Amino acid sequence: MRQSAIALTVGLVVAAAQTGASQAPAQATTRPTPSDTTPSVPMRGGVSMPNADPFPSTYQPLASRPTLIRNVTILTAAGPTIRNGSVLLRDGKIAEVGPSVAAPADAVIIEGFGKYVTPGIIDTHSHIGGGGAPGDNGAQTNDINEATAPVTAHVWVEHSVWPQDAQFPRTLAGGVTTIQVLPGSANLIGGRSVVLKVVPSRTAQGMKFPGAKYGLKMACGENPKRVYASRGPSTRMGNVAGYRAAWIQAEAYRRRWDKWNARHTGDAPTRDLGLETLAEVLRGNILVHNHCYRADEMVQMMDVAKEFGYAIRSIHHGVEAYKIADLLARDSISASVWADWGGFKLEAADAIRGNMAILNRAGVRTVMHSDDASGEQRLNQEAAKAMAQGNRIGVNVSEDDAIKWMTIHPAWALGLDDKIGSIQTGKNADVVLWSGNPFSVYSRAEKVWIDGAMLYDRLDPTSQWRTDFELGFVPANRGGAR
Amino acid sequence: MRRQLFASALLVGLSASASQAQTVAITGGKIYPVSGPVIERGTVLMRDGRIVAVGADVAIPANAQRIDATGKVVTPGIVNAATQLGLVEISAVPGTREMTARGREGIAAAFMPWEGLNPTSVLLGPARDGGITSAVIYPQGGLISGQAAVIHLVPGTATDMVLRAPVAMVASLGQVNGMPRAETIMRLREVLTDARVYRTRRVDFERAQTRPFAASRLDLDALLPVLDGRLPMLINADKASDIEAAMRLAKEFNFRLIIGGGAEAWQIADKLAAAKVPVLTGAMNNIPGTFASLGQRQENAGILARAGVSVSLVGNAGGGDEEAFNVRNVRYEAGNAVAYGMDWNAALRAITLSPAEVFGVADRVGSLQAGKLADVVVWSGDPFEFASQPERVFVQGVQTTTPSRQDLLEQRYKTLPPNYRTP
Repeated sequence: MRQSAIALTVGLVVAAAQTGASQAPAQATTRPTPSDTTPSVPMRGGVSMPNADPFPSTYQPLASRPTLIRNVTILTAAGPTIRNGSVLLRDGKIAEVGPSVAAPADAVIIEGFGKYVTPGIIDTHSHIGGGGAPGDNGAQTNDINEATAPVTAHVWVEHSVWPQDAQFPRTLAGGVTTIQVLPGSANLIGGRSVVLKVVPSRTAQGMKFPGAKYGLKMACGENPKRVYASRGPSTRMGNVAGYRAAWIQAEAYRRRWDKWNARHTGDAPTRDLGLETLAEVLRGNILVHNHCYRADEMVQMMDVAKEFGYAIRSIHHGVEAYKIADLLARDSISASVWADWGGFKLEAADAIRGNMAILNRAGVRTVMHSDDASGEQRLNQEAAKAMAQGNRIGVNVSEDDAIKWMTIHPAWALGLDDKIGSIQTGKNADVVLWSGNPFSVYSRAEKVWIDGAMLYDRLDPTSQWRTDFELGFVPANRGGAR
Repeated sequence: MRRQLFASALLVGLSASASQAQTVAITGGKIYPVSGPVIERGTVLMRDGRIVAVGADVAIPANAQRIDATGKVVTPGIVNAATQLGLVEISAVPGTREMTARGREGIAAAFMPWEGLNPTSVLLGPARDGGITSAVIYPQGGLISGQAAVIHLVPGTATDMVLRAPVAMVASLGQVNGMPRAETIMRLREVLTDARVYRTRRVDFERAQTRPFAASRLDLDALLPVLDGRLPMLINADKASDIEAAMRLAKEFNFRLIIGGGAEAWQIADKLAAAKVPVLTGAMNNIPGTFASLGQRQENAGILARAGVSVSLVGNAGGGDEEAFNVRNVRYEAGNAVAYGMDWNAALRAITLSPAEVFGVADRVGSLQAGKLADVVVWSGDPFEFASQPERVFVQGVQTTTPSRQDLLEQRYKTLPPNYRTP
């Protein structure tokens, strides 16, 4: 999916509501909080409320049994590796982890000799579902770039998500349990992202991560200026002027609404979907994910963010992030990058394999992202490559660091580090059992749990998720033919 | 495994460039010659750019430079069978793209992209440092894209680098330029038929006494070696039915066929094996990315190899710029192929000797054998593993130590230079 390299940076959008709890919108910090307590009572001007959750998550964890994985090596992403340890999954949560955990009578026991356990892998940059397979010209599965205007903050990528995209089960088989699907990078501001659990569902709503914040995708550099060359922006200075103009409007919109929400007198201001999203960024309720290759442009974007008082949560692609590792660390901006992609356009020409190691050493929350449905299945291999390069050039990276690149750091970039991303008591039981060290080319995800339910078992091909599309079209791959 | 592969009689030497007049002995390493069984602790002896001896008990001349490879793994240089090295620098910059001819109605058989090879490409260094010593370079686009060549990653001019050219005519089946698949077959047949006629009626052609042909004179000329069986035709095809169509055409016109891509080749593995059709494919593809590759799976390479098909592993998962920027990553295709059922030794062969055989350069590269060019890599460990690094790469006996552009950037920013310390 080379074309997806074009589709770089857009923010994530996540719906509100904590697992199990009463759908409390994550946007609760927004001043005009719609009444979470009386959701069934239409509020005055209810449909106009900017913080409504009009496409709420309907995800429910699948049935699970208490499961104890023991005698296994655990990369926790929260502390040192536990050798010969155990982890107990119960009621969708990690109930216990340590050198030795007593087996409850009702637990399924899995022996993990020679195997590894990690948190479920998290990808901050996916387009699957939105850019589906097959991607033949004419198949009309490419729904990630609303390339009709440079600012399309009004679009929500979840409305493009096709739950029957055959890429989902393949991503799950790579040990990936949570993804942020982003709009593409054709536009300066591409729209809202969505955070999904990689689970079978008839609807996008059924995959939405409950309580996750939304993100906003922004894009720097070559893509927008190429796409809009004839109508503008056609230059990098035109790009920056475009962001600023949008934020100026958003700031005025936010003030109008905040004022009205404080008093509720007179007619409510007219809603504008795009400005509503941007205003939520300014209120801190939507996280900014900024596609940007060149270091100097990243710093320009950091200044734009300061001018309007928002934070960039993650710089995406960032092939030159290593050049400003100190500045990213200073401003607490995470870097979602590749191990070794580059060279496909001039702004990607300075890609080096040491990028992640240098960022890691500087204290930047370094994230292994994919932007590619194939690479997304092997984020562990990509992290292994980047770790090896660090060790080769004397910027050492440990496995305990590298595991964070694909678990707790992306969880932070999505605002979900309190729920997922590490093997710690109380966290969601999103867990992968690997056939061996996940940084080895020969290891594969063997079992994958999401909220304690086993969603994937490599050893039981008949149980594996096949999308509606695959039935009949795609020969069943039952692991035979060996 | 004590078999001695050394054969000093072959110490001939088409004098490689003079600067290589040096004798080097790599000692103590675990050697995978590929053309023979593994040698647990052996020596590779090189002189004047050629391999002189490989074995467990090789006599090392007193003047030889010794390189201790104890605990290391020694393999032939990798042959990447699907690249555009030297034909593209930055793919989005048209001024650096040299792999697609304009041709005539999708036919560019006479196109020889190596004539536009860029010997100073900054992508050559990282490829070589990654253990790649030879690469097949391809034209791209249209029904008949042009001709492929094998380049050797020696420092030097474009002429120095071309190891053999042409090595294949490159074409595509399936839907091409909007034609339905049967029309691409029809067009290919039309052009090959005209080339046949052209061959017997050249004099008439020069006098303008033939009907118009479906391709230009240059293109028809270029196709004659294909019809003569001297030049194989590499046909890119993913769908099993397209692969089968290519096999029918090969039979009809009696040309040697190589399949590129081959997403669904596993479905007709036995037929490919029986017809001795080699396949170039990757091991990281499992997405039904198009309606022509619905059956794509990562077990493809292993299934084909077990059926007896000559498999060359190539990087074609779609992302990551495997054709130029990340040519070095083909070794991970081999690792993934093993994870999905391919025999380890078969996977090593699939990135060394097999592609060398397919493209007619196995007399010079692809295995560690006396008489071959000294393309040798010393690895810190299993060459398919991420944690392993190519510690020394010899191309024609010479170890290049010039830092690549990527190395220079890494060095510059590893510790911020003083004039960069203010944001």
